[in-house]
Amino acid sequence: MSGNANGYKWIGTRTIRPDGVDKVTGRAAFGADFALPGMLVGKILRSPHAHARILSIDSSKAEALPGVKAIVTSADFPEIPPSEAIKGSSPPNYRHLSQNLMAREKVLYDGHAVAAVAATSAAVASEALSLISVEYEVLPHVTDVLEAMKPDAPVLHDDLFTGGVEPKPDKPSNVAKRVEFAIGDIDAGFADADVVVERDYSTEGIHQGYIETHAVVANMGEDGQATIWCSSQGHFMVRQYTAGLLNMNIGDIKVTPAEIGGGFGGKTTVYLEPVALLLSRKSGHAIKMVMTRDEVFRATGPTSGSAMTIKIGAKKDGKITAAEADLKFFAGAFPGAPVHLGCMCGFTPYDIENVKAVGFDVVTNRPKAISYRAPGAPIAAFAIESAIDELAGKLNIEPLALREMNAAREGTRTAYGPTLGVVGFEETLEAAKTHPHFSEPLGPDQGRGIASGYWFNVGGESSASVSVNEDGSVTVTSGAPDIGGSRASLCIMAAEVFGIDIGEVRAVIGDTNATAFNRHTGGSRVTFALGMVVVNAAEDCIVQLRTAAAKIWDIDVEAVVWEEGEARPAGDNAGKFEPLSLGDLAAKTPMTGGPISSEKSSNVQGPGPAFGTHICDVEVDRETGHVKILRYTAIQDAGRAIHPGYVEGQMQGGVAQGIGWALNEEYIYGDDGRLQNPGFLDYRIPVASDLPMIDTVIVEVPNPTHPYGVRGVGEIPIIPPMAAVANAIEDAVGMRLTDLPMSPPKVLEALENGG
Amino acid sequence: MADVVLSRELARQFTDGETRVAVEAGTMRALVRELDAKFPGIGAALGDGMAVAIDGQIFQDYFLEEVGPNSEVCFLPAIEGG
Amino acid sequence: MAKNHVTTTINGEPVEFLCETQQTLLDVLRDELQLTGSKEGCASGDCGACSVMVDDRLVCSCLVMGVEAEGSSIETIEGMADGENLHPLQQKFLENAALQCGICTPGFLIAAKSLLEKNPDPTETEVRYWLAGNLCRCTGYDKIIRSVLEVAAEAKGA
Repeated sequence: MSGNANGYKWIGTRTIRPDGVDKVTGRAAFGADFALPGMLVGKILRSPHAHARILSIDSSKAEALPGVKAIVTSADFPEIPPSEAIKGSSPPNYRHLSQNLMAREKVLYDGHAVAAVAATSAAVASEALSLISVEYEVLPHVTDVLEAMKPDAPVLHDDLFTGGVEPKPDKPSNVAKRVEFAIGDIDAGFADADVVVERDYSTEGIHQGYIETHAVVANMGEDGQATIWCSSQGHFMVRQYTAGLLNMNIGDIKVTPAEIGGGFGGKTTVYLEPVALLLSRKSGHAIKMVMTRDEVFRATGPTSGSAMTIKIGAKKDGKITAAEADLKFFAGAFPGAPVHLGCMCGFTPYDIENVKAVGFDVVTNRPKAISYRAPGAPIAAFAIESAIDELAGKLNIEPLALREMNAAREGTRTAYGPTLGVVGFEETLEAAKTHPHFSEPLGPDQGRGIASGYWFNVGGESSASVSVNEDGSVTVTSGAPDIGGSRASLCIMAAEVFGIDIGEVRAVIGDTNATAFNRHTGGSRVTFALGMVVVNAAEDCIVQLRTAAAKIWDIDVEAVVWEEGEARPAGDNAGKFEPLSLGDLAAKTPMTGGPISSEKSSNVQGPGPAFGTHICDVEVDRETGHVKILRYTAIQDAGRAIHPGYVEGQMQGGVAQGIGWALNEEYIYGDDGRLQNPGFLDYRIPVASDLPMIDTVIVEVPNPTHPYGVRGVGEIPIIPPMAAVANAIEDAVGMRLTDLPMSPPKVLEALENGG
Repeated sequence: MADVVLSRELARQFTDGETRVAVEAGTMRALVRELDAKFPGIGAALGDGMAVAIDGQIFQDYFLEEVGPNSEVCFLPAIEGG
Repeated sequence: MAKNHVTTTINGEPVEFLCETQQTLLDVLRDELQLTGSKEGCASGDCGACSVMVDDRLVCSCLVMGVEAEGSSIETIEGMADGENLHPLQQKFLENAALQCGICTPGFLIAAKSLLEKNPDPTETEVRYWLAGNLCRCTGYDKIIRSVLEVAAEAKGA
């Protein structure tokens, strides 16, 4: 039996995850681990050009190759006209999604899919790809965001006109839209300032870097009903997008989720599933497709790179009077950079009267950007938190103290509009200040950096059922993939409501027919939003259990209470009855009206926004330019940590990704527009020997809308690290690095130019 | 009266630059209807890819949400997570 | 082309298989023998998700050809637990939440086991360098490293 200082039985304990044993014994089935008898292997032919017109595709030789069973190109997919690009109320743009899935008139980036083959073996499929002849007219390309914005830049889309500007442009360009968020009077704010800092920053495109590549098995029945097995952040998303792309009825597609080997936002769209389904329809066989690592880098999900200018002004006493951001994010081949989110999050840690943030969403000849952990926020935070640090230096105020003086709190008006409710930013700053790390002495060429970050968190459509089994055990069935231990947190919350042992609760991720719709796992929503639905369903079961006990005892249901996993008479007036355990009541359900279960669906709102503050120590090697992370502490308001081990894990993992973003990771394009480092050898994510232990401090300022106070935790930890590292480098060697990644050549160059 | 906060972009297009508008409404549906009556066309713009923050709480799909007599109602772009 | 006949021992059991010359040991384990616990993350030896032991040597099975396994003894994640009894590393990974998505976990467990067999009392630095060939994108390595150190410490105390 476990106990807990917070007054709960299970909330806040480190239980063993219910799916754990399968994952340490190799039994857990991920995307590529599924197979069907007689299935074929599907492979995709990809463009070697960054930008080219497709003049013709001749697949006759490939079709003649023994073992080739089907070939598809964009001609096999329904063309989605602009008028049908948006279906329902939410993204995506299906026209762009379709064009990204399989290039139509033009290829828009190195790796853009052009054709797909199904064959009896991987070797035959590969040979078939080499026999497809595609005639291209190579066009000028642009991979840099500032280049893409120039008036004479090669234009990717003839029908793309900048939105959000007056007058409406009469010429197409690569700037998809301009957004602006502002409060107060920015000019007056700067006029009021004693000290102003202004600087340009840039970040490169980087990849989510999940270790599991995209994989699918798809089977189209003769009756037009389809089954898909795949790993994704949302099997309902896969079903919805696939149906939309192939003009199928949603009800004719069943998607069974595999275990997912990492996503971080990168698996919130489809790349393979509709292609595999078309190949299956055409060949009459089930199709398995597994991307290579090269394909993952060239054709899936990087996040935006950027060019940014930040200007902040303050009074001598440290009060910030004005803050301005100009953010230009590239979106890759189709619009949709998360620049608005960068604009909205960047200055939110601070209470500033005059703010203006302008963003540009720009298309370039790169793979279409997709969400990556707190989309947009880490990019803006790198620049803004660097600027705050520089401002602190100019004001001669300790950087953490400057943050404290200007910290946002309940009642602070944000630049994007709303006033903040109950938030825990000041608590993270206080925890940082009192942490031993903050005052540990540093050696030569060593430095310490502080940075903070903000993320809204997300709720959304969530469905789950909770069933009491015949023996009193409990099954929680939901439909959002478990990407980092969410089964454990759902079990903990259900066990808490029922008051039973955690070992009696199992969490199942059902297929698209097993539960009602669930929004995909993303935005740090599952433990919060799905957790809320599970708690509601479990509480509904408790009412049914009390009703059953009332029937057995022949008393009023109001006279029955549920305590410590059993029904008890409410008091002496209710009568003298022996308590009935969950097991007792489960055994008697045939006599009390039938099985105990509850299914709940809700569009959960009110996610608690959250803040984090990080402390990073580095040592700079002046000879090589190498930056070593000496010590790292991440502090975050989690609202309430349901399973502290997995909260810490999210924080540590986010920090590691952020350190990679800060120091190593970048997409490198050659002059030919081809990606030069599409593999883990040359796109270097942090390895164990690159990192120290990552200390964590979980601050708990409960979210008032959640029964246990949960706030999302997965996004925030990737927001502060890049600035924390940059600020630490500045502290170590007095050089402010403004361009990510801060790799050894850049650090050396900075040192040589005046370190 | 609820205090409605609009972005400068919306304000420029529909309200002659006014970013704060007082509206009497009990629900978001009524509030948007009221706004659209005052500023024709704004209703459609508020339905497409927008979320709302009512007293600081963000609602991605908001038509049925209640609005308090002194609520702050703030329109913002919908938020997608990673 | 005719397939090659290969005789091996896998997880202590004699195993024969037929494979094509271009198939890697990882392909054979996953596609021919249905031992899908070893994962393919890169197919170039950079991520370590396919780590197995071949004759007591830690290797990336994506870099070993199936035919090279002739006569050798192979250990995979499927053989790590003793029936229902998890290996201490497996148990410690669960207790410490040292996995999130779990795709890299089999590779880490195999690599960590091989480390502790060679060096039962490693320093943190030694663990970090030994496991530097295994990529994890979820955990930041902290809980993985702690788990390996704790298992080593407990074995020493036992």
